[in-house]
Order: sequence, then C-alpha cells, then structure tokens
Amino acid sequence: MNRINQKLQQDKKLLSIYFTAGYPNLNDTVTIIQNLEKSGVDMIEIGLPFSDPLADGPTIQASSAQALKNGMTTNLLFEQLKDIRKTVKIPLLIMGYFNPILQYGVEAFCKRCNEIGIDGLIIPDLPVDVYNEEYKMTFEKYGLINVFLITPQTSEERIRYIDSISNGFIYMVSSASVTGSQTGFGKEQTDYFKRIADMTLNNPQIVGFGISNNKTFTQATQHTKGAIIGSAFIKHLSKNCVDTIDGFVKSIEK
Amino acid sequence: MKTYNVNEKGYYGEFGGAYIPEMLYPNVEELRQNYLKIMAEPEFQKEFNQLLKDYVGRPSPLYFAKRLSEKYNTKIYLKREDLNHTGAHKINNTIGQILMAKRLGKHRIIAETGAGQHGVATATVCALMGLECIVYMGEIDIARQAPNVARMKMLGAKVIPALSGSRTLKDATNEAIRDWINNPVDTHYIIGSVVGPHPYPDMVARFQSIVSEEIQWQLKKHEGKTKPDYVIACVGGGSNAAGAYYYFLDYDEVKLIAVEAAGLGIDSGESAATSVLGKEGIIHGSKTLLMQTNDGQIIEPYSISAGLDYPGVGPMHAHLYTSGRAEFISITDSEAMKAGLELCQLEGIIPAIESAHALAIFEQKTFKPDDIVVVSLSGRGDKDLETYINHFSL
Repeated sequence: MNRINQKLQQDKKLLSIYFTAGYPNLNDTVTIIQNLEKSGVDMIEIGLPFSDPLADGPTIQASSAQALKNGMTTNLLFEQLKDIRKTVKIPLLIMGYFNPILQYGVEAFCKRCNEIGIDGLIIPDLPVDVYNEEYKMTFEKYGLINVFLITPQTSEERIRYIDSISNGFIYMVSSASVTGSQTGFGKEQTDYFKRIADMTLNNPQIVGFGISNNKTFTQATQHTKGAIIGSAFIKHLSKNCVDTIDGFVKSIEK
Repeated sequence: MKTYNVNEKGYYGEFGGAYIPEMLYPNVEELRQNYLKIMAEPEFQKEFNQLLKDYVGRPSPLYFAKRLSEKYNTKIYLKREDLNHTGAHKINNTIGQILMAKRLGKHRIIAETGAGQHGVATATVCALMGLECIVYMGEIDIARQAPNVARMKMLGAKVIPALSGSRTLKDATNEAIRDWINNPVDTHYIIGSVVGPHPYPDMVARFQSIVSEEIQWQLKKHEGKTKPDYVIACVGGGSNAAGAYYYFLDYDEVKLIAVEAAGLGIDSGESAATSVLGKEGIIHGSKTLLMQTNDGQIIEPYSISAGLDYPGVGPMHAHLYTSGRAEFISITDSEAMKAGLELCQLEGIIPAIESAHALAIFEQKTFKPDDIVVVSLSGRGDKDLETYINHFSL
C-alpha cells in the first residue's frame, strides 16, 4: 500500500509541510526533510520551483525565484533525493507546475519518482480531464497518487467527479486566494469545511492555504483529516536556520 | 475538413487547452459555456457593431500605399488599425470583452499590459461603461511607458505594479491571474491577446476578426476580389495577426506571413522570436510554443517593441507555424526601426514599432508586381516617439 494511504488510515489529524526545494540554500533539501520527520510531521510536499508560479503568493514566489537562482533543477532535485528512503519513512510528495514536468517527460518524471520512493504528485495546473485522459495510466504504473485541488467555488458535481478519480486525498483550498494570503479563518471557511465533510467523500480532505499556526491548524482540521502549511514555514526558514524546524512544528501541533 | 480554427475541446492542432489551477476553473468554465452564446445574441451584435462604428471609428481604411508599392514593385495595402480610437487594434477586443463582462454580471475588470496599449484600451472601455478597472503592469514597464500610465490614470484605472520576476508583461499577466484567483466571483479578466486558457484565444480572435472581415469587402472595392495574395502581420501574442488572418485561414491561396521580433538577433540571447527559439510548453494556461530552458523555466524575451516582448505565442499561431500554414519571419530591432522611418517618409504615417516589424518584410522578401499584399498596420507610433528619438538621435 502507498505510504500516503497508510498514513491516512492513522487515527490522528495530519500535519503536512510544504517547502521549496533549493531554498534557502541549494543543498538544504535532505536536511529539511529529515528534520521535519524528526519533528513529527506526517507528510511532506517537496516544491519543485518554477519561474512563473501562478497560484502562489509572494512568499512562495520569492522562495522559488531564490531556489532557481541558487541553481535548483529537476535533475538536481532527483539527485539530492536519491537516497532519501534510507533515512525517511513518511510520505513524500512533489508539488510543482506542469511545464517543468512536461519538459522532463511525464513518464520519465514518474519513473524517477518511483525509483526514489516519492508517493504522490500535486500539479496545480494539470487539468483534471487532461490527467484522466492522458496521464492516469502512467501515474498508476509508477504507483504515484495524484492529488487534486478543490475550492469553495468548486461545484458539488465536480467535487464528486474529482473524488471518483482520486485515490489518496483531496487538497482542499481554504478560500479563494493564492497561497500565503490569509491570516485566519472565518465562519465562511468553517462552513465550507463542514459542507465538504458532510458530502462523505471517498477520499479524505486535507486543507491548504491560510494555515500558519496552532489556531488555524485546529480550525482547519476540525472537520477534515489534516492541514498543509507552506508559506508560514517558508517565512520561518527565511528568518531561522534549518535547526529550528522542530520548534516551528511543535508550535503548530502543541 | 482541415481547419485552422479552434476545435470543440479548445485546441488548435496540439496547441491550446486550459492548463489552469482549479481555483480558476469556475470562471474560465463560465466563460467557455457562455461566450459563443452571448456573441451570437442579436442585441450583443448590435451593441458591439454600433460601438465599433461610432466609438472606435470603424471601418478602418484599407489604404493603397502608392509610394511604398512603387519602391518595392508590388501592390501594398495597409489596414489602418492605427486610426482606431486609442491608436491600435487592441480596442476591438476590449469593446467585445467589456460587453461580455456586463452580460456575465461582472462589475470589476482586471487586465495586464506591457507597453500600456491594452491597458489604455481596457481603461477606456471601463470608463465608457462605468466599471471598476485594475491594470497590472510590470514595474519596469511603468517606468518606461509613463505617458500610457498617465492615460490609464486619467481614464480612472488603478495601475498596480507587478513586482515579481522580471517585472514586465509576463509578470503582469501572472499578477492579473493571481488577482482573478483571489476574486473569483465579481471579476472579469480582459486578456489583451490570443493567449491564455481556452476560450480566450478563440474569443479574442473572434473580436479581432472584424479586421479581416473588412479587408474582404474593402479589397473587393479596390481590386474586384475579396482575397489578397498575402496577409502580413506582426506577432507577439498574436491578436492583430489573428484578426487579420481570421477569414482567410481556410483559404490556402491567401498566404499568411507572421513577423516576429528577433530583437538584437536570433542568436544574440536578446530576442523574442518564439517560433525559432521556443518549444512546446505551457504558459499562462495554454499549451503553445514558448521560450524556455531545458528545465522548463520560462525565459525572458527581448524586443525593442514592448508589444512583441512576450516569451510565448498564441496557440493558433503555434499551430499555423508547425502546420506550415503561415510563414514565420524574424525581424531585428534595427530592421524594424528602419522600416518604421521609411513609412513616415514615403507615406506620412508614423507606425508603432510593432507594426514596423511587419513592414520590414519588404526588405527581406520579394513580391511579384501584381501580388496584392495586405499589411496589418496594427498601431500608431505616438507611444514610441521616445524610442524613435533615441534610436535615430532625432
């Protein structure tokens, strides 16, 4: 069974952390992953940096630009990760925009992920239909779970469709926004979390966008399986060294 | 039948589609489901055509350029989009899209702009309709296009600097898309070219198709036939070319030439000639040809002309290129500037530097004396005076 599915079966609210590979320093990737696991994080999204990240706010944009400036490439990321499964057990996903993956070759990319022990992919600008018609077989061949996004504007019919072709979890975008732009959740969002929970979908939901501390983590996971922190973690890394990751994670899960 | 128009899935051959994050899906899908229906409504048609006539000043003349024709020993007609209100073809599209936005119940308009022509055309129609207007413009472009920034402000638009990436057109487009993600309900995004996710390339091409519709009947009056031998247009994203080609796409006897900006030269590293330097990839929600690294990172283009300074090309044009339907030719900065000055001196018309690229074709390619060659004169050169002054030390 895929590590993501195993993790989703655990009876706890899951904390997933996103970071941009190659940031703050080119060779921090493995250390960040190891430190996150040691701190008790349940799942990690490794960001493959892109020059034009449309769905991201200033924090992740800046980290991506810096990572590229540092020299991060798709090949280098795979090289850094090649022995990651010797030390790390938790589920690892790669999150990135479609163009770099398309240029690498979708099949070659999936194959490499499989060899390394990557469990899933999140590709925000790969449309659901294109995935379903052109790439689903390839992802499945290499044991990769593809994670789709839904938003407060996604229709019920479309959510059910996305649920039907998902085989891990659904990435629930907390509000109409790019990453890193929320400071807290209001009634509108908690109503939305509950509305989706009441749909009793096959795939559990994990909330992303707008989670930055213990309060927002607790709110986000009241009706869902877990939450993802990205921008807040990048901000932490921009001010603190990678040795302080444990403190950051503990402050979320306290 | 072979067609160069979009198919029902939103593709031109293998190019196009809607590679967008889920956050944009409801907006783009709403537009996709409604745009053809709305454009076909008699009321819409009436209002659109009335505004093109009374407000934009259409039809724009198809002018026989006698002295230019004599010099190059062929028959050259100029489609005078430069005479439109706001000085370029851009307004054809913004008029169409503002009417579309109103029918979709949107009351907040966003747009991206490079040199500011599309921004001005958007601000203009927003003023006309009394709608809120926000224009994203790269910080660097704001600095070098001060008159257009002032125009937009006078027209009531809010100009927001794009501070990310290279702080030019590509990044302004990214910021506009992010704005749309953040404002999914009340906002319509008026894209300025035949780029972006389906249905934008097709919708913008249809709004610009008035250009070739007019060429047909105007040429009939001049030459007794509706089809020229050549249609020539510059291509950045490609909206003026899409409009000029539209009704000729499926007639192989009309040869189409797309002129791209070579910048300082194809091999100089400072170029915007996407057909030569680009390969298939995804930019701004569309699968098309784009300039990128081997790793799929988008490369910053360069051209003296801000309107051609885009790392991609609309999916229709990517298909016209790979299928061989259109011939693509690259023109350098200095070749374009020379052609621009030549038009001033032979015909008394100061062209936009974008359009000057199309005019530079006559130094590159020989036409027969009885060939009928239509050149899309997409914009006027007022906005480019400073560039002309610097280039020629005027």
